[in-house]
Amino acid sequence: MHTKTIVELAQGLKDKDFSCVELTQHYLNRINQSNLNAFITVTDELALVQAKAADNKIASGNANILTGMPYAHKDIFCTKGVKTSAGSKMLDTFVSPYDATVSQKLNQAGLVMLGKTNMDEFAMGSSNENSFYGAVKNPWNRLKIPGGSSGGSAASVAGGLSCFSTGTDTGGSIRQPASLCGITGLKPTYGRISRYGMIAYASSLDQAGPMTKTAQDAAIVLNVMAGFDEKDSTSAEQKVPDYTTHLNDSIKGLTIGLPKEFFSYGLDNEVASNIMTAVKEFEAMGAIVKEVSLPNSAYAIPAYYIVAPCECSSNLSRLDGVRYGYRAKDVKNLEDLYLRSRSEGFGEEVKRRIMIGAYALSAGYYDAYYLKAQQVRHLISDDFKKVFERVDVIMGPVSPTTAFDLGSVKDPVSMYLADIYTLSANLAGLPGMSIQAGFAQKLPIGLQLIGNYWSESKLLNIAHQFQLQTDWHLKTPQEC
Amino acid sequence: MEWETVIGLEIHAQLNTKSKIFSAASTEYGQKPNSQSCAVDLGLPGVLPVLNVEVVNKAIKFGVAINAHINQRNIFDRKNYFYPDLPKGYQISQMDWPIVGEGKIEITLGEKTKVVGITRAHLEEDAGKSIHDMFDDDTAIDLNRAGTPLLEIVSEPDMRSAKEAVVYAKKIHTLVQYIDICDGNMQEGSFRCDANVSIRPKGQKELGTRAELKNINSFKFLERAINLEVERQQDILEECGSIVQETRLYDSVKHETRSMRSKEEANDYRYFPDPDLLPVEISDELLEKIRQTLPELPAQKKARFVAELGLSDYDADVLTLQKPLADYFETMLEHHASNAKLCANWVMGELSASLNKHQIDIQNSPITAQALSLLISRINDGTISGKAAKDVFKAMWDSKGNADAIIQAKCLKQITDMGAIEAIVEQVIANNAPQVAQFKSGNDKILGFFVGQIMKLTAGKANPKQVNELLRDKLS
Repeated sequence: MHTKTIVELAQGLKDKDFSCVELTQHYLNRINQSNLNAFITVTDELALVQAKAADNKIASGNANILTGMPYAHKDIFCTKGVKTSAGSKMLDTFVSPYDATVSQKLNQAGLVMLGKTNMDEFAMGSSNENSFYGAVKNPWNRLKIPGGSSGGSAASVAGGLSCFSTGTDTGGSIRQPASLCGITGLKPTYGRISRYGMIAYASSLDQAGPMTKTAQDAAIVLNVMAGFDEKDSTSAEQKVPDYTTHLNDSIKGLTIGLPKEFFSYGLDNEVASNIMTAVKEFEAMGAIVKEVSLPNSAYAIPAYYIVAPCECSSNLSRLDGVRYGYRAKDVKNLEDLYLRSRSEGFGEEVKRRIMIGAYALSAGYYDAYYLKAQQVRHLISDDFKKVFERVDVIMGPVSPTTAFDLGSVKDPVSMYLADIYTLSANLAGLPGMSIQAGFAQKLPIGLQLIGNYWSESKLLNIAHQFQLQTDWHLKTPQEC
Repeated sequence: MEWETVIGLEIHAQLNTKSKIFSAASTEYGQKPNSQSCAVDLGLPGVLPVLNVEVVNKAIKFGVAINAHINQRNIFDRKNYFYPDLPKGYQISQMDWPIVGEGKIEITLGEKTKVVGITRAHLEEDAGKSIHDMFDDDTAIDLNRAGTPLLEIVSEPDMRSAKEAVVYAKKIHTLVQYIDICDGNMQEGSFRCDANVSIRPKGQKELGTRAELKNINSFKFLERAINLEVERQQDILEECGSIVQETRLYDSVKHETRSMRSKEEANDYRYFPDPDLLPVEISDELLEKIRQTLPELPAQKKARFVAELGLSDYDADVLTLQKPLADYFETMLEHHASNAKLCANWVMGELSASLNKHQIDIQNSPITAQALSLLISRINDGTISGKAAKDVFKAMWDSKGNADAIIQAKCLKQITDMGAIEAIVEQVIANNAPQVAQFKSGNDKILGFFVGQIMKLTAGKANPKQVNELLRDKLS
């Protein structure tokens, strides 16, 4: 059951091959037996209640395709009455009194939440090693990282612990773990999905999205997650199309741009050759390939590592030990309360980024850092704009390497380099996707698709057509 | 050495919207602590601000009223600092692109008028309140006020005395109430003034080092605090000391200012544009629409009172200084368009005196404008004398009664029956032959004696005009 897609499971439920309660219990059993550490909280009681309700709904004939679908929710989304930790000691005791808009939408669609997934603390990390709840293991090889920050969500889908999961992507946090765990991950255009109730890391970059087994499943989940929200001023008043409508459109004549900067220094040879094989597959399907250039993408890492820390240094200020969350014991005075609560409550990487951000925003440095980084964002957006005048989609690797060993990357800057191909899409606000496109040493390799603004339908169409021609996305880790 | 005082004011006017600037929670004052703070005001993880457009409209209204430049694209920034009653660890404010740019306002001191420059006015959210005296060892936090919309109006350092500063502050206070963007209630903190004060040797161009005075919640204290600060700075400079740039807290009980923090201890607020909010775009249409809805401003009203009602400059000034007073006066005019002067006298005289004596705002006056109108009518139609009217007024104030009922009850009705008065006049003339002789020999002043006698006999109820006419008639 756990290897099936949403489409297949919905059919099974409809045909009464199994009930939703049985399906849910199956996943819960698998979660209990799993050693991936993919979940921070398992909401088994709630899940079974929701499953029962879904079974009733199915019996009454009022079900939709997602009714009763068991999913895993990234622990960055606030869930009413359920602990919402964002992978941090700071929020270890925080039970949200309200639902994020995304949580609310998934509830209303009749889905079954199995639990909240592990993640890098406040979504800061590329390996899921920065979690207060310990590292997540890659289902393909338990000595490897699953990627981050949505590592628990990716491992959960790849490891057959949930039918799909939610993720958030600030610099690659959906696409990179999707790539390293061999699943499908979509980061939509900035503003497509409401950020209300999604604990903010870097507000101008954060975007939620689905993590699924297939592009078709991603389209189905995006249909529910997307939409304008009056509680989020940065969400777009853009109509939500049915993302499944164009999945089967022909991609004959599709123009693909390969940015030369995405195939340069640091890219693993095996990753590169698998990506090129995938591109050839598209050519065989009638697509036209062009070499393009994104000259300013070289500045994506420095620009990102200014903008994101600046915003996070301010976003995380509310975690001060005063109203909720971790508070240090036996404090001497107010300053001591702040200092110790935050020193003890935050992990190393989070503290590092807060420090970088606070420094970069200080009087006298603002122009040189924050303002400059914002200018670089414009240049990067302009690069994309020019390229999209010539091509329909940009393709390249998601990550320069396959999953690396747990504990092997200790230097933060080396870790930051893992995001080299994913950051640009966030800085420009463009939609990006990762789909499984091969293996190297039995570890998955993800192909990245970057589209123009609001081209999610197109991206899903391209990915779906690829998945009809290939079977990479059907492969599952042997341990599962 | 002769010193010159230089003052600039930062006025925080709380905008009178029903809900907060970035959330749907109510702004009502005086409610149970933390009962009016929603998830957004509490700064829970994941919440986002959404701008209340009514706040923008009110800020534009202010800008238009002082003919200021309106930044049709303005931006909200985050001002970052830690304080327990600041739930997000930053205040959403406006730094480089405030909604209202440069403007100016004219103030009058006695005969002199002066223009005070307004540097800017920007929107921001208020913080909550820390309450230190509720529990023994702990500080209590009430977040009801957190997220209340404020318009911070920053003046140029154009004032040269505490008196000027007060006139300017009162002028702004009047204006914000006239255009209905702020209730002006200083006790509840809806209108707060911070004063930047420095002194310099007369004739010197450069500004001296300033101190910022905070915690001033009345115009009286504003004047006192500034004068106190000027004295303090003079004492220091005259003993060859130097002024430290700092924030000082005014204590109205001890009548002193004390240092709160110096520039060195000041926060680096790390301002940057709030990524959760889009820039505010104001269309030409909206600007024009708000311009059209602007009510009559104090200066316009004053000019109209002089030109159309024939009031003196002074009277018109007093009557327009406070919107509620002007409203009261204008309600009376609805029935007494031709008696503006009499109405003005009563409002500025008996009414104001009683309000002052009992420390009551005109909005809460026990005698409403309609009630006072009726009293004026009874003076006009001769039912009572002006003197009796004062008694009726007093009774109305004490009992909140209706003028007619009080006149009836107190038998204050004037005797206007000519026959009755005539009989009394004849009686008085007959009983006072020596005085009649004096009158006839040319002593006109003796007439007052007769009037007095008649009033005594009628318990003051005879119509004095009729009495005078009759006396002259009978005596000649």
